[in-house]
Amino acid sequence: MDAIDILLTGSFWVAVIRIASPLIFATMGELICERAGVLNLGIEGIMTVGAFTGWLTVYLGGDLWLGVAIAALAGVAFGLLHGLLTVPLGLSQHVTGIGITLLATSLTYFTYRVALPEVTSPPKIEPFQPFPLPGLSGIPIVGPALFNQTPLTYLAFVLVAVVAWILTRTPVGIALRAVGENPAAVEAQGISVTAVRMGAVAVGSACMAVGGAFLTMSAFNSFFFEMINGRGWVCIALVVFGSWRPGKALLGAVLFAAFDAYQVRLQQVTGGAIPYQVFLMLPYVLSILALIVVARRASYPKALMAPYQKGER
Amino acid sequence: MDGAMDGAMDDGAVLRLVGVTKRFGPLVANDSVSFTLNKGEVIALLGENGAGKTTLMNILFGHYLADEGHVEAFGHRLPPGEPRAALAAGIGMVHQHFTLADSMSVLENIALGTQSLWSLRFDRRRALARITTLSRDFGLEVHPNAQVSDLSVGERQRVEILKALYRDARVLILDEPTAVLTPLETEALFRTLKKLVAKGLSILFISHKLNEVLAVSDRVLVLRSGKIAGERATSATNRSELAALMVGDTVTEPTVTDHAPGETVIELVGIRTTGRVGGAPLDTIDLTLREGEITGLAGVSGNGQAALAALLAGTLRPDSGTIRIRGEEMGEWTARTALAHRIGRIPEDRHTIGMIGDMNVIENAISESYRSPRFSHRGLLDWKGAEDFARAIIRDYDVKCPSPRAPVRLLSGGNMQKLILGRAFDGAPHVILASQPTRGLDVGAVAYVHAKLLEARNRGAAILLISEDLDEVLALSDRILVISKGRLSPPSARGALTVREIGERMAGHGFQEEGGIHAA
Repeated sequence: MDAIDILLTGSFWVAVIRIASPLIFATMGELICERAGVLNLGIEGIMTVGAFTGWLTVYLGGDLWLGVAIAALAGVAFGLLHGLLTVPLGLSQHVTGIGITLLATSLTYFTYRVALPEVTSPPKIEPFQPFPLPGLSGIPIVGPALFNQTPLTYLAFVLVAVVAWILTRTPVGIALRAVGENPAAVEAQGISVTAVRMGAVAVGSACMAVGGAFLTMSAFNSFFFEMINGRGWVCIALVVFGSWRPGKALLGAVLFAAFDAYQVRLQQVTGGAIPYQVFLMLPYVLSILALIVVARRASYPKALMAPYQKGER
Repeated sequence: MDGAMDGAMDDGAVLRLVGVTKRFGPLVANDSVSFTLNKGEVIALLGENGAGKTTLMNILFGHYLADEGHVEAFGHRLPPGEPRAALAAGIGMVHQHFTLADSMSVLENIALGTQSLWSLRFDRRRALARITTLSRDFGLEVHPNAQVSDLSVGERQRVEILKALYRDARVLILDEPTAVLTPLETEALFRTLKKLVAKGLSILFISHKLNEVLAVSDRVLVLRSGKIAGERATSATNRSELAALMVGDTVTEPTVTDHAPGETVIELVGIRTTGRVGGAPLDTIDLTLREGEITGLAGVSGNGQAALAALLAGTLRPDSGTIRIRGEEMGEWTARTALAHRIGRIPEDRHTIGMIGDMNVIENAISESYRSPRFSHRGLLDWKGAEDFARAIIRDYDVKCPSPRAPVRLLSGGNMQKLILGRAFDGAPHVILASQPTRGLDVGAVAYVHAKLLEARNRGAAILLISEDLDEVLALSDRILVISKGRLSPPSARGALTVREIGERMAGHGFQEEGGIHAA
């Protein structure tokens, strides 16, 4: 098998979509927050919390969907904390976000240790199973990649459509975008800036947490330390790559996942002639290049990272 | 207060302010202000910058909470601090700084918040129909699907007015609506206001421009230092009476005496820029500044003034064209070269470019010259010399500050500007770049800045005065140029053009190729 043939194998594309799924959830979450003007650097920690709480629910005997719901709720909780500190209190979004990531990650690891003191190898759960969509899953290459995935992957794609719809076609979407562009415009129309931003951060954080839960409930089947492994930070770059648009961000997530899946297979093809770290680096290098090319012209939400204080001169 | 006339026209009252007081720390922005607005009436609220006009409107609309007093609309008391309640009561506000989301469409901006946030679908078609009707009825032409960032300032203001009308506003508050308009756009706005009044709306028009107040209102309230200093029927008053009420004293503006210009100091030939400084880039301009002459640059904000100012200040490099100073062609053009060639700079925005708010008066005073041997010896600053220099500016320019060691952000706008003048005029610069030198200053400070500029002109400095205030350009300039879309009109001597002609040039007419205004 050589480097080009990889692109023609069905299993490669299955892996691409699987790798992309958690990124899609978390990218949509970050996108929602940022469109409302709140940078959420808590994403890495919130994904960790989501991965753990979702897994734990199932490990303790809960239903898989209950696990997803609990993960989302945990995301909401940390989102509200981030929102409380950055929106009504107007603290620095950078510092708060990093604080949230540290807090959420440490709290998760601590809880894991306390809950499972004797464990040496991470216990497995019964994860979501692939659910072939009748008729469509038979199409070569595209079929298995897009239509024979777990329900969470389908949900990720539905989420992109829903986010795009809400942002452009609903009153709440207009308010959300306006609050990220010019909060004073929203206030002048009698809508509470605080409420819209808090809501956006809570919902966005829930999406991030579900992205984390995907890893434990639909990919690795267990929880272990450092498992998020920078995916949250990648999602922040993907939002920029996507110029804050859901469709383009989805494209970015799939592209990044393709680089990632490709480098793993390329390692096997080259058979150790090149150090494997070079391949590990590949998706990130390509992401940086893509950012340089695409995102330079991107127009960001004008009020991103600008706290809004009512009646301030 | 003679402004209180409660009960006088009770039946027609749509809006009433009762004893409104607002304090910001020790500053009393509004001091028990009371007045009544009647149906179909236009009240002008006249006052200087800092008189408390905008604060009052923000209380009225619920952006600020009043410390005392309350607002009544149509006989009902408005809950304080709730813009939603003011909107529901039929009060619409056109803010001085537009509250529009730039990257969204006109339609989205107008319809924002008019539907419940929980509704699943935004009714675009209904909104479109309504906006089209309103803009036709009131002469507010604007394209509903255009993105706000593509609109001219005049168009943005129409969007703001439409926003209020879309919500069935019956009282319209306009905060300094003409500050950003060309004379032609101002006329169009006034026509719209007449139509609104004819339909029974009431208007509160806030301004510091006497001519407009006289042209548009039925009644004038003068606000001074937060208090109502007087109330007049427009038909029974005049400019000088209103000016005296507004300032509380008579201010004498310096007079311009005729004066023959000297040699050419700086010459720009065929300059083009592309750098990002906001507004239009410069499109092949030629400009000559001569000794002892004030060249006034009129134009609507965003047409290349920022690029021209940055170019002369040395912070923007031209893409093509030459800069000559006293005949010598400039090679590398940077802020340092500009300073070395004695270009004194009064920047457009004293808070962001002019001064560093958290650094003290001394540090700001020497910020253009700290590297010179005057203030530094062998890499160490001479703080004593610096302080003496700062104290000299404080004394000569009458800068009121707690101490030379006080951070500059504690200074008022006028005193900050005086400090900038002192710094820019140090060592008698050959060229002075004065960008919006009196923006946001009160009448007294304006007169002071004007006097200093004329003084510099009379001693032989070449001055470029960039201002959005046409009256200022007309009053001070020996020659007037108009900038539009990055191009310069040929210069005209003072008095050669009427305000209307200048206005037309500001709108882009009369340049070599017809630029065409935004299609409505």
